[in-house]
Amino acid sequence: MNRHNLLKVMGLLMIFTMVLAACGTPTAAPTQAPEQTEAPAATEAATEAAVTEAPAEPFTFGILLVGAHNDQGWSQAHYDAGQYVEQNIPGSKMLYLENVYSGSPSYPGQTASQLAEQLVSQGAKMIIFNSDDMKDEALKFAQAHPDIYVLGPSMDWTWKDGKNYQESPNQIDIMGRMEYGKMMAGCAAALTTKTGQIGYLGPLINDETRRLASSAYLGAKYCWTNILGKNAADLKFKVTWIGFWFNIPGVTSDPSQVADDFFNSGYDVVLSGIDTTEALVEAKKMHDAGKDTFAVAYDSPGNCDVAPDVCLGVPYFNWGPSYVATIKSAMDGTWKEGFQWNAPDWADINNKDTSAVGFAKGQGLSADASANLDKFIAELAGGLNLWTGPISLQDGTVYIADGAVATDQEIWYLPQLLEGMEGQSVSQ
Amino acid sequence: MKKNVWVNIGFQAGALVLALLITTLILAAAGAPPLKAYGSILNGAFGSSNNIVAVLITWAPLLLTTVGVLITFSAGLWNIGVEGQMTLGAIFATWMLRMLQDTNLPPALIIILGILWGMVGGALWASLAGALKTFGGVNEIFGGLGLNFVSTALTIYLVFGPWKRPGVGSMSGTQPFNEALWLPTLGTGLSPWGLGLSILAVILVYLLLRGTYFGLRLKAVGKNMKASYLLGIPTWQYSMFAFLLCGALAGLAGAIQVESVYHRLLPNISNGYGFLGLLVAMLINYQAIWVIPIALFFAALNVGSVQLQIVYKMDSSFAGVLQDLLVLLVLLGQGVRERFLGKA
Repeated sequence: MNRHNLLKVMGLLMIFTMVLAACGTPTAAPTQAPEQTEAPAATEAATEAAVTEAPAEPFTFGILLVGAHNDQGWSQAHYDAGQYVEQNIPGSKMLYLENVYSGSPSYPGQTASQLAEQLVSQGAKMIIFNSDDMKDEALKFAQAHPDIYVLGPSMDWTWKDGKNYQESPNQIDIMGRMEYGKMMAGCAAALTTKTGQIGYLGPLINDETRRLASSAYLGAKYCWTNILGKNAADLKFKVTWIGFWFNIPGVTSDPSQVADDFFNSGYDVVLSGIDTTEALVEAKKMHDAGKDTFAVAYDSPGNCDVAPDVCLGVPYFNWGPSYVATIKSAMDGTWKEGFQWNAPDWADINNKDTSAVGFAKGQGLSADASANLDKFIAELAGGLNLWTGPISLQDGTVYIADGAVATDQEIWYLPQLLEGMEGQSVSQ
Repeated sequence: MKKNVWVNIGFQAGALVLALLITTLILAAAGAPPLKAYGSILNGAFGSSNNIVAVLITWAPLLLTTVGVLITFSAGLWNIGVEGQMTLGAIFATWMLRMLQDTNLPPALIIILGILWGMVGGALWASLAGALKTFGGVNEIFGGLGLNFVSTALTIYLVFGPWKRPGVGSMSGTQPFNEALWLPTLGTGLSPWGLGLSILAVILVYLLLRGTYFGLRLKAVGKNMKASYLLGIPTWQYSMFAFLLCGALAGLAGAIQVESVYHRLLPNISNGYGFLGLLVAMLINYQAIWVIPIALFFAALNVGSVQLQIVYKMDSSFAGVLQDLLVLLVLLGQGVRERFLGKA
C-alpha cells in the first residue's frame, strides 16, 4: 500500500517535471545575460522627442523569433534591428514572440502562422518570420493575408531567378551576403590557428548552412595560402552539425559537447555557425584551463562580449537598415515584392546605417593577424571574389570551372560542401 | 451523501480560488496588472475567430489523451507512456502516408488508413508498456517513461535519417505531405474531422466507463486487483485492454497532429499533450463528464497566454506554471479533505 502511494507521488512529480521541462525555454541565453542593445539613453530620448513632434501614422510590426530575443546571436540581431526601426521610424512599434519553431514546447500545437495571427490581433501590419524553420508557414500566412506585409529573412520564395519562386506580392525576402562575413571569419581563424585545424560548429544542414560553412573555408584557405604562404593540404577544416539552429536538449547534438570535442582533438579554433554562444563559452573554458583555444562568433555584433579574450571576431548581420527601408516602403506605398541579397557597404562594413553585413574584431585576434585581416578585407572590398573557379564539390566533381565566377544561384543553392572540407554534405 | 457532494465542491472551489490568488500574485510580481492580464488571456483565446480556431486545434488532442488516460486510471494504471504512444501514432500515420502517397489510391482513403494505422501504432506501443507490466513486473510508470525516450529517439532517427527532406538535415521535420493528403480544415487550420473524432471519443469513453459492464469491471480491477481476480474477472487481460484503448486514442491524437496540424513528422510532435492529459484527468478527479470543459480551459489558457508575452513580455511558460499550480492545489485540497473528513 505504502509502496503504491510512493509510486503515485513519484509519478506525479515526474509529470510535473516533464511538463515544466517542456515549458522551460530551452534557448535561454547562456552565461551572461546583460542586454547589450546599442541604444544609449541619448538616442532613446531623441527618438521620444521625434515621436512627439511627428506623430505619423503608427506602424506596428511583429517579429516571430526562432530563439530568445537576448540569445546574443541570430534572434537578438533581429530584435536589435526592430529597436533600430523604432528609433528611426517615428511611431513604429515592435511586437515579438520568441522561441517560435516547429514543435516548440512554448506553444504546444500552435504553428507560426497562428502565432502571427496573435500579433496581428495586437495591430501588427507586418510580420517578420525570422527563421528558415518558418519558411513554409511564412508563405502560407502571406498568401492567406494579402493585407499584411510579410518579411522572410533567409528565405527565397520571392526570388524570381531562384529555384523556389512563388507569387507572393505582399512578401519580401531578405538576406545579408554573409558569405563575405564568413570568409573574414575563416581568414581570422586561419591566421590564428597553430595546429592548422579549424572546426566549424554547424547548425542544421541546408543550402544556407552549406554555403556559409563553405565560404568560411574559402576565406580560411585563401589566407592560409596567400597571406601565410602555407600549403593548402596542411589546413584541416571540419564541419560538425548539431541538427538545428541552437541546442534543443534531447533532440539536437549538444553544441558544447561538439565544441569540446573539437578542442580536445587538436582543433584550436572553432567557428560558430549556430545561433547561440556555446563555441565561445567552451573556448574560454579550455583557455582558462591553459589551452590555446579560440572561437569566432556569429550573428550579432556584441557576441564577443561573452568571452572577449578568446574571441577572434564576429561576422554579424545588420538587419536594421533593410528593415527600415522595407517598412518605410510599406508605409508610403512604394512596396515592391521581391528578394534582396544585401552586400556589405565596402566603404565601411561596420556602418550600422548602411552595411547589411559587418565584422567586429575580437580581443583574441593578435595585432599581426588583425593587420593581415584588414588587408584581406580590403582585397574583398576591391573586388576579390573567392567564389571563382576552379572550385570542386566534396565528392570531387567540378562545380565552378577554372576562371568562371559562380552565379548567385550557384552560391545560394550549393549542393555539397567543397573539396578539402571534412563533414557531412547531407544528413546521413 | 448530499452533504458530501457540497463539501467536495467546496474544496474544489477553495483550491481554485487559492490558485487564482497565487496566480494573481505572480502576475503582479511579474509587472502585469492582473485584471488586464486576465483580460488579455481571454482576448488571446477567444478575441477573434482565428484565436478560437487555435484553441479548438489544441483542444482536440488534449481531449483524446485525457480520455485515454481516464481508461488506464480506471484500471489503476499510471500510463505515463501516453506521450510516447501519441508519438508512435504520429510515426505510424506518417509511415502510411509516405507509403501510399505516390499510389493511385484516393487521397481520402490514404488519410483514413493513416489515421487507423496511427491508432494501431499507439496501441502497439502501449501494449509494450502493458506487457512489461504484466509479464515483466516493470511498473508502468518506469516502463512508460523509458518507452517515451525510445519514441523520441525513433522520431529523431527518422527525421534525420530515412525520412529526411532531400538535401536537408534539420530538426524542422520531414518533407511536408502533398496538400491532397491534408485533413480538410476550416479557417486557419481547424480540422472538423479531428475535432469530431475527439469529441466522439470523449462520449464513447464516458459511456464505456459509466454505463457498461466492462467499465464496471475495469474499475473493480483498478480499485482492488486481488479481489477482482478472486471474483473471477480476468484481471491482466483487463489491464492490457485498458492500455490498448488508451494507446489507440493517443495514437489517434498523434495521427491528427500529422494530418491536420503539421502535415509532416517532427520531433516533439506530441508536444506534452500526454502529460497535460494526465494533469487534466487528475484535476477532474477522473470524472469523464468534466473532460470537455476543463480540457477546453487548459487549451484556452495555452493559446490565450501567448498574449501575455506580446503585451507584457512575460515568459511563455506562464500557462504551464498556472496549470501545474491548479492541479497541485486541487490535489492538495483533496488530500486535506480526506485527512480531516474521511474519503468522499
